[in-house]
Amino acid sequence: MSGHSKYEPKTGFERWLDVRLPIVRMAYDTAIDFPTPKNLNYWWTFGGILAVCLVIQIVTGVVLAMHYVANAGLAFNSVEHIMRDVNHGWMIRYIHANGASMFFLAVYVHIARGLYYGSYKAPREILWLLGCVIYLLMMATAFMGYVLPWGQMSYYGAVVITNLFSAFDNVIPGVGTAITTWLWGGFAVDNATLNRFFSLHYLLPFMIAGVVGLHIWALHVPGNNNPVGVDVKSKEDTVPFHPYYTVKDGFAILVFLLLFSWFVFFAPEALGHADNQVMANPLATPSHIVPEWYFLPFYAILRAVPDKLFGVLGMFGAIAMLFALPWLDTSKVRSMRYRPTARWFFFLFIAATLGLGWCGGKLPDDVVIPIGRDAVTGDPTGFTVVMLSRVLAVYYFAYFIAVLPLLGLFEKTLPVPDTISTPVLPKGGAAMLSGATASPEKKG
Amino acid sequence: MSSSILGRSGFHGLRALAVAALALGVAALGTGVAQAKTNAKEPQEVSFSFEGPFGRFDQAELQRGFKVYAEVCSACHSMNLLSYRDLAQPGGPFWDPKHPNISPAESPYAKAIAAQYKVPDIDPDTGDVIQRPATAADRFKAPFANEAAARAANGGALPPDLSVIARAREGGPAYIYSLLLGYEEAPAGMTVPDGKYYNPYMAGDMSSYWKGAKDKVPEGGFIAMARQLVDDRVQFDDKTPSTAANEAHAVATFLAWAADPHQVERKQTGIAVMLFLLVFTLLTYLSYRQIWRNVSH
Ligand code: HEC
Ligand code: HEM
Repeated sequence: MSGHSKYEPKTGFERWLDVRLPIVRMAYDTAIDFPTPKNLNYWWTFGGILAVCLVIQIVTGVVLAMHYVANAGLAFNSVEHIMRDVNHGWMIRYIHANGASMFFLAVYVHIARGLYYGSYKAPREILWLLGCVIYLLMMATAFMGYVLPWGQMSYYGAVVITNLFSAFDNVIPGVGTAITTWLWGGFAVDNATLNRFFSLHYLLPFMIAGVVGLHIWALHVPGNNNPVGVDVKSKEDTVPFHPYYTVKDGFAILVFLLLFSWFVFFAPEALGHADNQVMANPLATPSHIVPEWYFLPFYAILRAVPDKLFGVLGMFGAIAMLFALPWLDTSKVRSMRYRPTARWFFFLFIAATLGLGWCGGKLPDDVVIPIGRDAVTGDPTGFTVVMLSRVLAVYYFAYFIAVLPLLGLFEKTLPVPDTISTPVLPKGGAAMLSGATASPEKKG
Repeated sequence: MSSSILGRSGFHGLRALAVAALALGVAALGTGVAQAKTNAKEPQEVSFSFEGPFGRFDQAELQRGFKVYAEVCSACHSMNLLSYRDLAQPGGPFWDPKHPNISPAESPYAKAIAAQYKVPDIDPDTGDVIQRPATAADRFKAPFANEAAARAANGGALPPDLSVIARAREGGPAYIYSLLLGYEEAPAGMTVPDGKYYNPYMAGDMSSYWKGAKDKVPEGGFIAMARQLVDDRVQFDDKTPSTAANEAHAVATFLAWAADPHQVERKQTGIAVMLFLLVFTLLTYLSYRQIWRNVSH
C-alpha cells in the first residue's frame, strides 16, 4: 500500500538533498501523501492526540528539570519554588502534571479503539506489540514522575509499588528482597531512589519517542485499519493524509486541548491528591494510599488476590493479556461492527475495567451492597469492594483467554462489505464475508 | 449524500470526545470518592470571592487575613515558603497597583512589615549568631527554632507549616474555615484525652474513646490545637466587624492565596486560552467540512 513515492523535489536544494539524505521525501511520503482509508472516524484521531501529548510532556518536562532538584530534602520545596517563583512555572508544572492524565486518557481511548476494530489482527501484530511496549514505558515513566515531587503519596506510592517485588521471596527466598534493595539503592525508599527515578524519568520518554517511531513505521507498512475492517482495495478507498487527515486530526487535537486546558487552568489539582501537597514523611503513613487514577484498575486486580505473589502476577498478567491478544482472538472478522455478540462482550469488558478502576479507589473492605451488620462491631457487612474486584477481574481475564478465543470459532457474524467504498447492500445484497478476513492481503 | 454523511460523522466524533471526557470525569469521581473516606464532617458550604473561573481575591480581605495570621496563628505555625516581599507581589495582600513598577522587594509595605521582625543571622565580622531586623527578602519568621521546640510547646503535637495547607487538605479554605469555627462540646459518652479538643471537622479515629455503640461513633476527631478564633480576637483596620466568622473567613482566604498565589493569574490566562482555542477549533472545523465536502465516505 505504501506504493511508490510521489515526491518531486521542487528546489535545487531539495534535489541536492534528495540524492544524499531523502529525509524530505520520507516526511512527504509519511505525513503528506500517505494513502489513508477515507472512512476513519474520530476514534482514529487519538494517535495524533497522543503524539501531541508526548511532545507536550517532553517540552514541559525539560523545562521543569531546569528548576527541579532531585534531593529528598529539597525536591518538595523545589517544586513549590517552580510554582511560586519561576516565571509561568505554575503553568508548566500544571501542564506536565495534568498532561500525564491526559496522555493516559488518550492512550486508553486509543487502545479501546484497537480492541473494538480488531486493529491488532494480521498484518498489524507488530504494530500492536509496539503500542503495548509504549504503554508499559508510559506507566513506568508516570510512576517515577509521580515520585519526583516527594509528597506523601509520591513516597508511599513508591514504597507500595517497589515492595511488590519482595513477593518474589515466596518463589526463591531472598530474591525479592534483593530486587527491592537493588531498586531502592539502599534499604528503604530514600534519596538514592529519588535520584535514580529522576534519571530514568528523564530517559524513558525519549525511549518512548523511539518506539513511537517504530510504531509509525510498522503502521505505514500495512497502512491504517479502518472502522469497516476490510483492507484497502483501490485508490478509491483512500485519501492522501494531507490535507484530509491533518485537518481532521487537527480539529480533534484542538477539542482535546480544550479539555486539557480546562483542567490546567481551572481545576489543576482535581485529578491529584491533597496528601501529595504534604512533604514526604517516612514516619507518618497516610490513612489511605491510592495511586493515580490511571493505575486504579491494576491496583484493584492486585488487591483482589489474597496472595501477594499471585496478586503481583495478576497485575502484570492483566497487561500481558494485551501483548498476547493478537494470538488469542480467533475471529476472521476484524471490526466488531460485524460481530454483534463480540460487541456486547467488548462493552462488558470496558464496563468491567471502569468498575475495577472504581474499586481501586475504594478501601477493599468497603461495603458495596450491605446485607447485614457485624454482631460485635455493628459495622455493615455484605458484598465488599474486594469481592466485586474479584468478579470483575475474572471477567477481565476471561475476555482475553476464553471469550475471544472461543467466540471467533462459533459466533455468527454479519455480512461484511466488499470494500471500504461499497457499503453493504441493504438486504440480501451481494456482500461477502471474505473481504474482511484478517489474512494477509494482496497489496492493492 | 456526502454532506449528510459528513454531518453524521461530525456528530459521531463529538460523541466520541464526549464519551472520552465522561470517562475521565468518572475516573476523577472515583478517586474523589475514595479520598473522602474519613469519618469527619463535610466542610460547611461557605463561599469565597476567588471561587470559579472568574473569581478574584478581595485584597482588603487578604490584608485582614494576613493580620489574623500575624497576630494569632504565627505564634505556633510557620509559613516557610513565603517571604515578606511575596505579600507585595502582583495580586498579593499588599500589592500596590498604583506603583506597578516597584519590585515586591522594594515595596514600602513589605519592608515595613519585615522590619517588625527580628531574624537570626551570622555577623559577617565576628561570626557570632545575632538577631537583625528582617528584610523584605527574608522568609516569614518561624515561631520555633526547630521541630522539637515546636512539639515541646504544643504538648507533643506539631503545628503544621501553613504555606500550602489550603492545598494540602481536602476541602481547602472551606475546611480551614469550618475547622477553626467548628469546636464544640464533645458528645456525651466521649472521653477527650488531655491536651486534645473535639472537632467534628477533624479527621481521626475516636472509637477507643467512645462508650456508645461501635457503629455510632460521632463524626470528627481530636485536635491538639485549642479554639483560636473568637469574637474580637483581632481588631480589623477597616470597618469589618471582628466576629469569629469574619476572622476565620479572612484567614482562610489569606491561606488560599498563600498556597496558590498565582491562581487569579492562572484563571485569567485560562479564559484567554479557552477563547483562543474555541475560535481556532471552530475555524479548523469549518476547514474540515470544506476539505471533505466532496469525499463520500
Ligand atoms: C497555640 C498554638 C496554635 C495556634 C495559635 C494556632 N494553631 Fe493551628 N495547630 C496547632 C497545633 C498544635 C496543631 C496540630 C494539631 C494536631 O495535629 O492535632 C495545629 C493544626 C492546625 C491545622 C491543621 C489541622 C489538620 O487538618 O491537620 C490548621 C489548618 C491550623 N492549625 C490552622 C491554624 C490557624 C489558621 C490559626 C490561626 C487562626 C492557628 N492554627 C493557630 C497549634 C496552634
Ligand atoms: C511520557 C512522558 C512523561 C510523563 C507521562 C510524565 C509524567 C510525570 C508525572 C505524573 C509527574 C508528577 C507530576 C506531579 O504530580 O507533580 C512528573 C513530574 C516531573 N517530570 Fe515528567 N513525565 C514525562 C516526561 C518528562 C520528561 C521528558 C522530563 C524531563 C526531561 C520530565 C521531567 C519531570 C520533572 C522534573 C518532574 C518533577 C516536577 C513536578 O513534579 O512537577 N518529565 N512527570
